[in-house]
Amino acid sequence: MSTSIALAGNPNSGKTTLFNALTGARQHVGNYPGVTVEKKQGFCKTDSGEFDVVDLPGTYSLSAYSLEEVVARDYIVNEKPSMIVNIVDASNLERNLYLSVQFLEMGIPVTIALNMMDVAQKRGIEIDIEKLSILLGVPVVPTVARTGKGKKELLDTIVLRKDLNPEPVHISYGSDIDMALDQMVDIIRSSGFLTQKYRSRWIALKYLENDQQILDLGKNENPRIARELESIAKKLTSHLDVTLNAHPEGIIADHRYGFINSILKQNVITFYQDENRLQLSDNIDKIVTNRFLGPILMVAVIMGLYQFTFTYSELPVGWFENFFSRVSGMADNALADGLLKSLIISGIIDGVGGVLGFVPLIMFMFLGISFLEDTGYLARMSFMLDRVFRMFGLHGSSVMAFIVSGGIAGGCAVPGVMATRTLKSPKERLATILTVPFMNCGAKLPVYALLVAAFFAENEAQVMLLITMISWLGALLVAWLLRSTVIRGASTPFVMELPPYRLPTLKGLLIHTWERTWQYIKKAGTVILGISILLWAMMTFPGLDDQALKIFDTKRNAVTASVSENVLNEIRYADTDNLSEQASSVKERLTNLDMEEAQANLKNSIAGRIGLALEGITQFAGFDWRTNISLVGGFAAKEVVVSTLGTAYSLGEVDPEETQSLSERLKTAEGWGPLTAFSLIIFTIFYAPCFVAVVCIAKETGSWKWAVFSVVFNTTLAFGLSVIFYQVGSLILT
Amino acid sequence: MTVINLREMNIDQTGTIVSVGASGELGRRVRDMGLIPGKQIRIQGRAPLNDPVSLRIMGFTLTLRNNEADYIKVEV
Repeated sequence: MSTSIALAGNPNSGKTTLFNALTGARQHVGNYPGVTVEKKQGFCKTDSGEFDVVDLPGTYSLSAYSLEEVVARDYIVNEKPSMIVNIVDASNLERNLYLSVQFLEMGIPVTIALNMMDVAQKRGIEIDIEKLSILLGVPVVPTVARTGKGKKELLDTIVLRKDLNPEPVHISYGSDIDMALDQMVDIIRSSGFLTQKYRSRWIALKYLENDQQILDLGKNENPRIARELESIAKKLTSHLDVTLNAHPEGIIADHRYGFINSILKQNVITFYQDENRLQLSDNIDKIVTNRFLGPILMVAVIMGLYQFTFTYSELPVGWFENFFSRVSGMADNALADGLLKSLIISGIIDGVGGVLGFVPLIMFMFLGISFLEDTGYLARMSFMLDRVFRMFGLHGSSVMAFIVSGGIAGGCAVPGVMATRTLKSPKERLATILTVPFMNCGAKLPVYALLVAAFFAENEAQVMLLITMISWLGALLVAWLLRSTVIRGASTPFVMELPPYRLPTLKGLLIHTWERTWQYIKKAGTVILGISILLWAMMTFPGLDDQALKIFDTKRNAVTASVSENVLNEIRYADTDNLSEQASSVKERLTNLDMEEAQANLKNSIAGRIGLALEGITQFAGFDWRTNISLVGGFAAKEVVVSTLGTAYSLGEVDPEETQSLSERLKTAEGWGPLTAFSLIIFTIFYAPCFVAVVCIAKETGSWKWAVFSVVFNTTLAFGLSVIFYQVGSLILT
Repeated sequence: MTVINLREMNIDQTGTIVSVGASGELGRRVRDMGLIPGKQIRIQGRAPLNDPVSLRIMGFTLTLRNNEADYIKVEV
């Protein structure tokens, strides 16, 4: 039988490093049921025994204010692990013990892993471990998680002490609160109120702390007792308000820190240097957050991350593309023309390729961001940018997601949406997730390039800059709009730790990166493949009816009948580059017929019918049915807009990299002009994210509701803006 | 000895917290991080746009927005 242990502790205490040291690669990441908080589980087998390890989310406290805290608390109470390993940063003992004390008050089996002993030593901090252990009444084991030091001693201690429920620690909160607590404990004990799960004094404390989760549980359990307890708490609250001008919550926190202080003062901790001197970290901060140098350095880091993610991933992305085009080619040769072939190539292979094509991007992005996060720089970035992003209801940490999504043109919203995981404030995170798809991702660029080349060739650079500015401004304003309407609410406090700079461990970075990437492949992959097939079907079915097909056949026959057998053989077998004049003209006519058929087929497909049906409305934005179909196709990936537009103009599928023929065609096409082009640009910036991004939005927000919202809201917004632009523009120009 | 608002403190100035007026989530977060009466703090720096502020308490660095710092009175 393996022993279940849960790792709990402050963020930046080395908790995850210890988890990696214990479990190595034997771990997997999931989510806690119903919430987006990550659940990391692993297995550890050593001479000391076998252990199932859960890495609880890092928290500073055990209140019910943040999702992380609720998750950690619920896990401990409901799953009853045989041992809670509380990781305590020895170089930051006093604040870390604030969480420990709350565990001790719960009366659960706790072992303290006193981590970062090396850092503490370097900072001139000496801790009397034995004394600390006696005074707290729980085992304390010194560890250095980075090197794995103390791991064996820790596991041995766990085996020795597991499942022993110690008596909960009673902290005196001053006579007023203590009296109320005693009174409440009597009521709770005599009625067995919630006591199967919680200790009675702890329940009473939570009532005084006004803990919403426990209050709700209490109301369900026994409304009468709950009311009684609430009234005691209310009476005490108003009494304390009058006599001390304080709230029970505040007094309880004061006394917890007082309790910690009284322990540390008994020569448990000795400082050989000024406690507040963090020389190296402070010196780095003097430069890195400097008023002038800080922002310059930040721009450099952002550019660096961008370069790293999108330039260095080009090579592996290229491998994937080559591989899938080779597979496509094989399928093309092996299968007879027809629906099955089309399904396999355009539906399945392109779909799988689409899923995996993002993998290198996601890996590089997470590697870069984990590095910045683990060194402590990411926290400094939020610190510097918070003032700006707060104005729009976002958070300093939002910047990363915006940049990765294409804040510098050419990113990708898929890793961008996933990059919001470093954001711990739920509302700000949601607003960020919903607005990053407005950035100019790499797939939108061919669309812009096509339109700009056709209609704004003289001012290419300026128009591209204008597009970037519109998308940023739009994203920030929409974020502000969302935060004042559907995701309304006070901003999450910016009470945040700036951890000392640290060099991340390679192992930690690699594990972290791999976990995230695998999660993407596993969870998003299947959905994406499904939608890819669905979109293929929409652009293919119902196909042309026999009569229409017959017309094209007749036309083809007419072409071939007019020439000799020799010419036909030449077309069939000779090298394309060396055709005789007559043969190449016949071939061209045949190809044109194929393209016309493809156009007719597309027009008759479900997507085509949608496009036609919508023409009545979209004409207000200047779009005809051809544009509409290509925009439907763009839901698969934005660059598909270009190739579909090609088909719709009977040019065959246009390679998004080489759009010259299409841009020449558009210049002279009916209904096209700079106004239509820019209206389409505006629409492309704002309309529904590609479905890969939509799936990621669903996974990251934990709900399809927001994914649907982003499709509907963005498309409506895009349409509204395009119509306004087109109508106003038409008025001015005529 | 005068009592001032945390927002008004200068960089590198030290002081002792006298009271914390925040309640609700902000109050809880502030207290969890050890910003309680009696604790010594030192202003570490300010972001390029002057807000938020970073301060040193119990040997670690903490950030706060100016409008959050307003709730905290410090004796300097």
